[in-house]
Amino acid sequence: MSKEIIENITESDYKYGFVSDIEIEEFPKGLNEDIIRKISARKNEPDWLLEFRLKAYRKWTTMKEPDWAHLNYEKPNYQDIIYLAIPKKQKELKSLDEVDPELLDTFNKLGISLDEQKALAGVAVDAVIDSISVKTTFTETLEKHGIIFCSFGEAVQNHPELVRKYMGTVVPYGDNYFAALNSAVFSEGSFCYIPKGVRCPMELSTYFRINAANSGQFERTLLIADEGAYVSYMEGCTAPQRDENQLHAAVVEILAMDNAEVKYSTVQNWYPGDKEGKGGIYNFVTKRGLCKGKNSKISWTQVETGSSVTWKYPSCVLQGDNSIGEFYSVALTNHFQQADTGTKMIHIGKNTRSLIISKGISAGKSENSYRGLVRVTKNAENSRNFSQCDSLLMGDQCGAHTWPYIDCSNKSSVIEHEATTSKISEDQLFYCQQRGIDPESAVSLIVNGYAKEVLNKLPMEFAVEAQKLLAISLEGSVG
Amino acid sequence: MERFNQTIEELYREMIQIDSLQIPCRELRDQGMALFREKGIPHGKMEKWRHKAIDTLLVKPDQPFKPYLIQTEPSPYQPIDQVFKCEIKNIGTISYHLLNGWYIHQNKPLDIRDNGVIVGSINAAYQQFPELVSHYFNQLDPEKQDGLIALNQALFTDGIFIYVPDNVVVETPIQIVSLVDTLQKLMIQHHHLVIVGKNSQLSLVHCNDSVHEENSFINNILEINLEANAQLHYYKMENKDAQSILVNNTFVNQAADSRFTSNMITFNCGYVRNSLEVHLKEEGSDANLYGLYLVDRKQYIDNQVNVIHHVPHCTSNQIYKGIADDEAGANFSGHIYVAKDAQQTAAYQINRNIALTDEAKITTRPFLEIYADDVKCSHGATIGQLDENAMFYLRTRGICLRNARMLLMFAFANEIANLVLIEKLRERLNDMIKRRLSGELTICDQCMMNCADKENLIYDIDTTRLRS
Repeated sequence: MSKEIIENITESDYKYGFVSDIEIEEFPKGLNEDIIRKISARKNEPDWLLEFRLKAYRKWTTMKEPDWAHLNYEKPNYQDIIYLAIPKKQKELKSLDEVDPELLDTFNKLGISLDEQKALAGVAVDAVIDSISVKTTFTETLEKHGIIFCSFGEAVQNHPELVRKYMGTVVPYGDNYFAALNSAVFSEGSFCYIPKGVRCPMELSTYFRINAANSGQFERTLLIADEGAYVSYMEGCTAPQRDENQLHAAVVEILAMDNAEVKYSTVQNWYPGDKEGKGGIYNFVTKRGLCKGKNSKISWTQVETGSSVTWKYPSCVLQGDNSIGEFYSVALTNHFQQADTGTKMIHIGKNTRSLIISKGISAGKSENSYRGLVRVTKNAENSRNFSQCDSLLMGDQCGAHTWPYIDCSNKSSVIEHEATTSKISEDQLFYCQQRGIDPESAVSLIVNGYAKEVLNKLPMEFAVEAQKLLAISLEGSVG
Repeated sequence: MERFNQTIEELYREMIQIDSLQIPCRELRDQGMALFREKGIPHGKMEKWRHKAIDTLLVKPDQPFKPYLIQTEPSPYQPIDQVFKCEIKNIGTISYHLLNGWYIHQNKPLDIRDNGVIVGSINAAYQQFPELVSHYFNQLDPEKQDGLIALNQALFTDGIFIYVPDNVVVETPIQIVSLVDTLQKLMIQHHHLVIVGKNSQLSLVHCNDSVHEENSFINNILEINLEANAQLHYYKMENKDAQSILVNNTFVNQAADSRFTSNMITFNCGYVRNSLEVHLKEEGSDANLYGLYLVDRKQYIDNQVNVIHHVPHCTSNQIYKGIADDEAGANFSGHIYVAKDAQQTAAYQINRNIALTDEAKITTRPFLEIYADDVKCSHGATIGQLDENAMFYLRTRGICLRNARMLLMFAFANEIANLVLIEKLRERLNDMIKRRLSGELTICDQCMMNCADKENLIYDIDTTRLRS
């Protein structure tokens, strides 16, 4: 009965909530060294990778789950999670026809049919469903340029030297609690290598999707842009609704060599839980980019509308001289969602620059925090940072917080931070309504305008989706 | 650290045996000690202490530990100006003195004026007005206290008590001078209490100075209570030597339409931590918190400002500015908390810093925590250098690099100094800032006040003309 009620409540709000009945061969629950060995054996991994996983696991057992974030959630029971779920049908696929029709249907429901994606401006989609890469498109085109874009598992088999060389260099296995967990049990993910001087001709994109009940997903993404390379990478997430909280602890590592540029965009729409705050995804992600070379640039753009709990700080380590880090974020929380998100900009090289634009929107009974660190080290001469963190409050039950940390050990650097918190302008609302726009549309319009600065940074397809998402997520928050 | 904690236990036993205070402090001491045992001295892994850990300053890991002492009895009266060469009367205040942890007086522990204003030792005040004092004394939430506040409760000796009754405007500012003059390694725990009644006004100047001292550790608590429509201007001056550790915990409770203005000015210090917590408890209250710190050598200044908006229609404003030279460090942690339903709040916070060397370290944490929607809150923080355009302008006018730098730094600091309403104090301050920036003001000056007798700093140019 209660399930029905919940379904009734949520149906209209979360249109991506469904379970596709693909046969799933399940692993036993729990986490120990045996499980890790099993995962590694299943994936036919080399010994060094197993060793990496075990080291991470041993480190993880000594660590404590962080509680410094402004979040309040029931800590997951890590022994009650299935650490690997793989769709049973595993065979080589060459065309879309061979893909499980049910899977294709799933994608169609999501509105990301591969066909459409193919047609749309030449986007290659490496679709990940339940931790296994099912279809990689446009491989031929990419191969011509020498670009490697494949699932992490394939990369381990086909390019072990690259994986071994770069994995864990940006996010070490013991970096933090969730990164250690991921390093121990990561299942799938994407691997991308852009060789020297290559400008990737299309926008790379991966859609992640949690499917099997109780299977936390542990994605691992490694992106390497060699000297003078350029790539724009998109990640989008939608997850079917579940009553129990699901854990998502991903790691994303980005490396930019001399003169390389990486643009990483994500629209994140995990299931946020229902209006009562029940269910929803725990999103504890470690994302970090290393501007290793001179004049390199890494840019993060994120639109966060999902997850019941978000713990995510896409960061840039500006090691190369003249390197640039950028962070654009829109984080929207509604109902009982909680988000603690922001960025870290670590200036190490000379003349490094960073820009942070963060827009938080909280509605309902949600909590939305920006937490950011700007650190300028002693040798980072002439570094420059500008941060702007605005928060918009809708309703008197929600909270908006700003926790910036600014450390400077250098006399030639300039750091600026500003933040404002306010509610939606009555004047703007009045103006819109006076023009015959209903209150809900008016709010959606104002919020979109407020977030424009960030949305403009998204690739076109994402920008459209993001705008729609903002409108959907705000439904019912007016009045 | 164990040795330090042992010392505290010994001092605690000593204090409860020879307690000569009038204020019934046994219960407080026991409570404080229990809390201290539980919490201990804050360490570098605690969020609010991570930038500079105090435990390694109290117990230097590379040096043999020499235990702290507490002076258990007041010093015999001595004319304070023999110890403390300072023409305080020049700034038109009436001053009250504390020496080595005790209130110093000439057989008059409590100054009760005709208009009902009471100033004096908190011990004496308790003896005469137990109800009044106990109503306001130590109204701190034990949940939120750290080890240092607990330590103060366990070992406190004396403090200043100021009571301004309703409808009294105190014309002459009151000055508290806390002095340390000893060759022993002293630990001092003051607990001051200030009450300003309805519609009353008071200006309070609070100075921490040192004469001779060796590694003293001063741990103050100051509780301020402002009744409806009361006004308090609070000026905190710190000019300590490089060996000292000074921790100030100030708690302010504001009733309806009350107004609190503070200026925290730090020129010289070893380690100073000014923790200021302002509770806006009734509608219409207003808090203006200003700070200026000019630190050099290996000094460290830490300003922790916490403004809590409990109710609607309150305003708060924070402006903190600082310059760090040599290997000095400065931290600013500002926290604006707007409680649920505290609508129509306006809260503003700004922190500006200038780093003059690559060794200087500046950290700033301007936090906003907001649970109400109809608010206007903003904060800003900058770390940078002197404005290049302004510098260029001055240079094109033929002003040498040194003077141009001085002028710009002076202008930077002047914004805070100009907010001081006591005219003579403001003049002194501006003078001191000039001296400080030119490196002439050191701890040898003993007190910030005595510089007025010396010649003013002469610029190569006529600064008065620059204003027009």
